[in-house]
Amino acid sequence: MELIVYGIILGSIIAMGSVGLTLIWGITDLFNCAHGDQMTVGAYIALLFAVMFSRIGIFQGNFGPFSFSWGVLISFIPAIAFSVGLAVLIDRWVYRPLRVSGAHSMAGFIASIGVAWGLRGLIYIIWGADFIFYSQGLRNALFLPMGIKLRTDEIFIVIVALGSVAAVYLFLKNTKTGKALRALADNPGLARVSGINTERMMVWVWGIAGALIAVAGILYGIETQLRPEMGWIFLLPLFAAVILGGQGSITGALAGGLVLGIAQQVSTAFLTPTYKPAVAFIIMILVLLFRPKGIFGRRKA
Amino acid sequence: MGILNFLIAFAVMASIYAIFSMGLNVHWGYTGMLNFGVAGFFALGAYTTALVTSKMPSGALTAYIKQAFGLNAPFLVGVLMAAIVCGIVAVLIGMLTLRLSEGYLAISTIGIAETIRLFFNNEPWLANGPQGLIGLPQPLRGLISPAYYSYLYLVIVLIFLGIIYLALEKGIRSPWGRVLRAIREDEVMSAADGKNVFAFKLQSLALGAMIMGIGGALYTHYSAAIQPSVFEPLFGTFIIWAMLMLGGTGNNKGAILGAFVVWALWSWSTFLIIKVVPPFFQTRAPFIRYVLIGFLLVFIMVKRPKGIIGEERQVSKF
Repeated sequence: MELIVYGIILGSIIAMGSVGLTLIWGITDLFNCAHGDQMTVGAYIALLFAVMFSRIGIFQGNFGPFSFSWGVLISFIPAIAFSVGLAVLIDRWVYRPLRVSGAHSMAGFIASIGVAWGLRGLIYIIWGADFIFYSQGLRNALFLPMGIKLRTDEIFIVIVALGSVAAVYLFLKNTKTGKALRALADNPGLARVSGINTERMMVWVWGIAGALIAVAGILYGIETQLRPEMGWIFLLPLFAAVILGGQGSITGALAGGLVLGIAQQVSTAFLTPTYKPAVAFIIMILVLLFRPKGIFGRRKA
Repeated sequence: MGILNFLIAFAVMASIYAIFSMGLNVHWGYTGMLNFGVAGFFALGAYTTALVTSKMPSGALTAYIKQAFGLNAPFLVGVLMAAIVCGIVAVLIGMLTLRLSEGYLAISTIGIAETIRLFFNNEPWLANGPQGLIGLPQPLRGLISPAYYSYLYLVIVLIFLGIIYLALEKGIRSPWGRVLRAIREDEVMSAADGKNVFAFKLQSLALGAMIMGIGGALYTHYSAAIQPSVFEPLFGTFIIWAMLMLGGTGNNKGAILGAFVVWALWSWSTFLIIKVVPPFFQTRAPFIRYVLIGFLLVFIMVKRPKGIIGEERQVSKF
């Protein structure tokens, strides 16, 4: 039972990451292997600012009942901004030239692996390979019925994660830009003919994905700790969640993320925790074999 | 003397990587299958030969080294077994994944490689878990003084490299190779021509995997020690992708050239880092190479998608 609750926490972080991933995949047909490492970058940028705030000595009080300071909370803003900028720039310098030149559809995939290694290498160089925590000290725990022990932080994580996914969902559903994005995902040719500026939409997609992934990175950092390979370890669950949910489907990615999170945590009851990525992978293979369009798959034959 | 030894050691590793690179070329260069799991076959080949050729630990060693079995077989049997095991596993993987579209195949192979590595890491009864196996036998060890052993090993590796190169060049110009390239260009069209696309892809996957298995085996007997951390994605998979992409996809000469160029960048940058970088930065400096490999991959994809040499026009010889 406890494991299921932990699974929901992990799952909501996976869901945040996979929503961005599924958007990129649905709209640009790119499997973005750098997604996990962009998440790491977001988390470390927040760390940079949080450390800076504590050096100056501002925003030091703990934020509400949570174990992290106001500084960490405020660091969300520059981290998101940086991550959005980075995502848009990567698209402009790497993926747009590939789109324009009409390269092989898998060229972007291979290039994104290069981006992933580049980013991770930079993080190793700047911050080193050690584990880093946002905050030292005790973490407040809550005791819920049925012997479930929960940290207050974890409630914050779930609320923020689900809130951001809901915000993106509403954005896509109700705004004009959102509609244009969905049109582009459904039928790129038709969307272009109807006067949708594709390149501007790309900026939107990468921006949204960048923002989500930065928040996911920070939340994961709050939940556990920061280390340079955290994003890479997340990549398989992210892909698995996206595939489970079906290409381009936000609700699918959300559900897929939660399923993956729960499955990974529950698996620790009878497997070594180091097998977690393998569990994600096996789920993914099973889905691919039996439901290649994803459990919540839609459109496109 | 030091320089010469360094060059020989460099050439041995570069040649082993050239073998991997040619194996990957069969998958990606000729058949268009994205295999991001080279490290998995690398690990399988390396562990197979290690278990087949080593002795079961005896005496005091039993306390420190656990392995499922040790057959004490000769070197060539080890290499052969490595190739066979990789071929069999490739067929199994292929049956599961080859019907998937390219992107899915790529993600699956990342997952398979990681799963294989995690398995060797977490199951100490099989091959000593994270500590790995050390003191593995080396072929013709007694023939030459240990200081010059890498000279002899270079010859052994070059013989394998040569045989694989010639066999591939012959195979790719055969009707069989032509079908592979047809599948790469247009799968639907090849199927319409009555070719069993799935069977050809499976054969290609198995062949490439066997070559990678041989590469893994040669690595094991050169380093005489293996542990799971060797088979992490960068060192085991993506550096090989960088080699193939740089040298020239679809060209075996390019695959070999790329292996030598990238391995030169890699090993000489290590050398430079030790000499030049200030001590406080020593622990972090090696990661500059991550950035290097990453940017190299991006640069090639964006600026020179064909690599240095690129594919040559191939006319079938009869």
